[in-house]
Order: sequence, then C-alpha cells, then structure tokens
Amino acid sequence: MKSVARRFQQLKENSQCALIPFITAGDPDLETTAKALEVLAQNGADMIELGVPYSDPLADGPTIQAAATRALAKNVQLDDVLAVVKQVAPKIEVPIILFTYYNPIYYRGIESFLQQVKDAGVSGLVVPDLPLEEAEILLEPAQKMGIEVTLLVAPTSSPERIKAIATQSQGFIYLVSVTGVTGVRSQMAANVKDLLADLHNTTDKPIGVGFGISSPEQAKQVKDWGADAAIVGSAIVERLANGTTESGLKAIAEFCSSLKQAIS
Amino acid sequence: MTATPIKNTSTSVPDKLGRFGPYGGKYVPETLMPALAELEAAYNKYKNDPEFTQELQGLLKDYVGRANPLYFAERLSQHYTRPDFTPEIYLKREDLNHTGAHKINNALAQALLAIRMGKKRIIAETGAGQHGVATATVCARFGLECIIYMGVEDMERQKLNVFRMRLLGATVEPVSAGTGTLKDATSQAIRDWVTNVESTHYILGSVAGPHPYPMMVRDFHAVIGRETRQQCEEKWGGLPDILIACVGGGSNAMGLFYEFIPESSVRMIGVEAAGESVASGKHAATLTEGSPGILHGAMSYLLQDNQGQIIEAHSISAGLDYPGVGPEHSYLKDTQRAEYYAVTDLEAIAALRLLSEQEGIIPALETAHAFAYLEKLCPQLTGNHRIVFNCSGRGDKDVETVAKYLGDKL
Repeated sequence: MKSVARRFQQLKENSQCALIPFITAGDPDLETTAKALEVLAQNGADMIELGVPYSDPLADGPTIQAAATRALAKNVQLDDVLAVVKQVAPKIEVPIILFTYYNPIYYRGIESFLQQVKDAGVSGLVVPDLPLEEAEILLEPAQKMGIEVTLLVAPTSSPERIKAIATQSQGFIYLVSVTGVTGVRSQMAANVKDLLADLHNTTDKPIGVGFGISSPEQAKQVKDWGADAAIVGSAIVERLANGTTESGLKAIAEFCSSLKQAIS
Repeated sequence: MTATPIKNTSTSVPDKLGRFGPYGGKYVPETLMPALAELEAAYNKYKNDPEFTQELQGLLKDYVGRANPLYFAERLSQHYTRPDFTPEIYLKREDLNHTGAHKINNALAQALLAIRMGKKRIIAETGAGQHGVATATVCARFGLECIIYMGVEDMERQKLNVFRMRLLGATVEPVSAGTGTLKDATSQAIRDWVTNVESTHYILGSVAGPHPYPMMVRDFHAVIGRETRQQCEEKWGGLPDILIACVGGGSNAMGLFYEFIPESSVRMIGVEAAGESVASGKHAATLTEGSPGILHGAMSYLLQDNQGQIIEAHSISAGLDYPGVGPEHSYLKDTQRAEYYAVTDLEAIAALRLLSEQEGIIPALETAHAFAYLEKLCPQLTGNHRIVFNCSGRGDKDVETVAKYLGDKL
C-alpha cells in the first residue's frame, strides 16, 4: 500500500520538495476528477489531495466553496468519490490524501469510514475541522488501519500546541501559511519562514505548506524557506473549472508541471 | 446596588473540553483554537471580577432596562381555562428590553469582555436581525467597529432590522452562499474570525458554536431565569410548574431554563419550528427530527441527510431557521430533563394573533412558536398550573412578514 510518509522519505533521499495539488471531487464532474488525478500524477504531483464536497466548508474560501457547491448540486457523495479513487488509485503511483470535513466521517461511523477509504485505496486524511483535542477518536483507529491522519498547524498555534500536534500528526505536518481560509493570495506571508524554522526545530517529520500558494514563484519561495511540500488548491480548482473539460485538464497539466519545475 | 457574580457553571456540564455529555466540544480549524482558549481564559477571569460584574449589572439595569416584569397574562389564561383546568400564564418580558429581545443580555456582556481583551473589531451573525441589532447597539455604545453577517434571504425578510443596524453604524455583509440564511451567515462569520482572529472578537449570538460559547452565552442569559425565580417567589412564594420557550439555537430557552434545571418539579418545554410541516421536510425541527452531528464547531442534534451533509432549515421565522441547536439542549433532551416539540408556521401565526388580541402584546414570530404550543399542552392538563413563558422578543420586525403571510385575511 502507498504511504505518504514513505513518499516523503523517498523525496527526502533525493533532496526533493514535494508538490501536492488539491482538487475538489466531482467538479465539474466525476469523470473529469478521474482524469484530473491521472493528469496531475503525470505532471509532477508527488501526492494528491482530493477534497470531498461538503455543505458547510468552514475552512475554505470562495473558490473551493463554490467547487463544493457545484459538486453537491450534481449530488456527488462520499461513495462516488471513493469509487473514483478505487478506479484511479491502481493506475497512479502517487498516494491520495482525502480532504474531508468531520461530519460525513462521524455520520458514517469512524470504523466503517476508515475501512471504506482504505478499501478504496486512500493513503491519508486531512480533516480541517478536527483539531488535536478532538482528533484522538480518529487517530488511533486510523493508525491501526494504516491510514495516515495529517494534522494542521496554524500561525496562531503556540509552541506547546505545535509540539503536541507534531507528535501526533502522521505522514507530514500541514502548516497553514495564513491566518485565514483557503484561497489564492498574491504574496506569501513572511512569517511562514520563521514558522517553518520553528517547526523544523520541533520535529523531524516533513512539513507541507498550504493555504494561499498560487504560483510557481510562491511554491519556490516556501521550498527555499525549508518546506518539504507545497500544497496548491484554489489555483488548481480555478483552472480546472474554467472553460471546457479538455481545456481545464490541459491548463492544470501545464500549471502542475510549472509548479513542479519551480521546486525541482 | 450590589453586584451579583455570574453564577458558576453547574457542577456537571460542560466539562473541561466543553462537553455536555457527548455534545459540544471544539470542532474548528486549528487557527481558532488559541482564540477559543484566550476567550475561555478571559471569561473565567472576568465572570467573577467585581469591576466587570458591577459594570455589567449597571448597564443591564440602566441601559437594557432590567429587571423586566414577570407579567400575568390574565385574558390569555382565561382563554385556556376549562372547568377542570385553571392555567395561570405568566410572561417574562424580555421583549421589553432595549432593542426588543433577550439578545442584548449576551451582546452587552460579550462586548464588555471584548473590550477587556483589547479587541476593537466585532463581528456577529444574525438571522432575524435581533442579535445583529443588539450587537450593533452595544458596538455603538462602546465605539467598536461592527460587522454583521446576514443571509440575503433574511435581509429581505427582516428589512427593518437591516436598516436599524445600519443606523447604528454597523456594516451589514450580505451572505448569498447556500440558501442565504442563518447557517450560511454563521459560516461566513467563522471564516471572518479565522482570518482576522488577532484583532477581532466574534460575538456569537446563541448557545451554539464551539466551547466556550454555549456555556458563556448561557451564563450571560441566565439572568432571565434568576429574575424569574425571584419574581415567582414574590408573586406566589414558590416555583413555576412549567417553563416554555422557543428554540432555534436555543439561547432564550437556556437563559430561562438554566436556573431551574436542579428543580425537578419544574417541567421545561422547548418549542421548535416545524415550518410548513415536519412531514413536508421543510422545517427547522432539529431536536425533534434531527440526529447528532457536527455543525459550526459543536456536536449536537442537527438536520442532515444520509451522507452527513447539512440540510437547509425552513421556517417563517428567520430566528428559528437554523439546522443546528445548542449542545446543552441536546444534552437536556437525551437526559429527558427538558422536552422538545415543534409547531408549524401556521400555528405560530395563529398564536401571534391570539397574544396580540388577548393581551395587546405582539410577540416576535420566534416567540409566537412558544405560545402556539399552548394549543397542544392545555388539553393534556388538568388542575391548576403556573406556566411561565419566555416572551423573548417583540414582533415589530415581523409585521411585514405576517402581513404577507395573512394576505387580505386581516
């Protein structure tokens, strides 16, 4: 089975910074999602974050909110998303990380949810509304099942919290680069550099930076600041949603390559 | 006057993690966790601080107009009297507060807390606009910047309150996501807080959201129940038999109930909005029809589909049009300490008319839901019962909605 941690290990051995693109499943449709996963894998993605559309995405800005709303309007549900993963995962080498809010997990039941995502071929989970204090209930069974649950660190997190989160986080540590929601930003906040340095002093685990990276220049910047991965969401979702399916897939292929090139 | 310290939270709930049994908690992005801890620390520091409580008590008296009366509704009581049943119906007149609803109790207290925390920018969500107006009011009073998130649908339903907020100097931010109601306004307020957390305090308007809000907002409204107990004592030297309040997020109900939770002889009834009808699916009957899940930072009963996606609520009353409910209500339901029922738009309108005609009091549409339950409750009772309602808000803001609903029938 593919593993996020092992993937990071391989990249580290080659002194590579990982590229983790994000797309919202089911936007514009599930067929495109399947194709997009392959396209991203062929164009430099080292791992892919796949967003499960949710009715109340608290941590997301307008771009990903709108993508989720469009997918839900087409009645795209967790089972559909997992079916796509099951279909595509064997064809690509890169691990798939599922990005989902907690309520759909809770509703399904943690054990059965984990079993189903594992059966589909998902490697890791990011649950943006499950902070450390609430995550225990998911972390333990996930670990038993071999699903890596990555926790988030924010610019507002205290050193004590960062330490506790870093200890519990699996696969890597997701550093939220802004106090804010997901979305394209013109500049990386300068304090990301210090946050990365602090985190590296706290933990040996890889650190991925996300929320707001939208250009090859910004990706290179976080790499130069010491990030082990650059996570790019809204900028990809936006490109995929514009124009026809074909032009969208072409656009994300080119964009993904340019991001990878910038951090290689 | 002497300052009464805000009562310590009950011994059992919430626990240190903000849990009422399985409900509550803090299901929020990591960015907000330090802010919630800071808020909890500030609340714990100031809730018994003599200077804070004295300022709050003084303003509750002179600015809000507390204590408000416990009014005996003589004609309404007569209306429901039968040979074998003599109700005595009392109204706790929160509608007589400054700004016309209970909401200001909490908005005022949180503003005082925000000032002490050094936060000069205030955000809030609003459904019916009563919490928005209360927040805009206290922000004007203390010279704080004020941004109110409100669904576009609610802005249309509650034009008068939108104008009131703007008159008070607040910025009203329309939220068009989802169906443009309270749920979406709350999500947008949380996103704003995530983004501006260092400069901003979020005055959450109900006993919902992540810990410590359900506890803190309850405590700030508990003055309703404390005054009620004292007024009952003065009027008949005892406790009420039944408490009734409407429940959307549940702040006015918690405010009335909290004082009486240990009094097992007191029956507590929360009334939700059944919208067009429970069977139609167009309702906001979260506790009576929903199931546990996570919304806006807390685990509680909510309206969701078979995939765990939140379902839009429906109610003629913008303040009850919410698919979630405060976690302590979920706890009171499961422990059977309180009962929850739902009444339809139609029943609420009929109750609004009845109270207007019998008592000369036009209640808010939210509040009318509580009164509507009398139609179901009274036939089940015999003997003498003292029933206390939380008359949580006045109906001026709803006159247009009611006129539209009734068409030419009035």
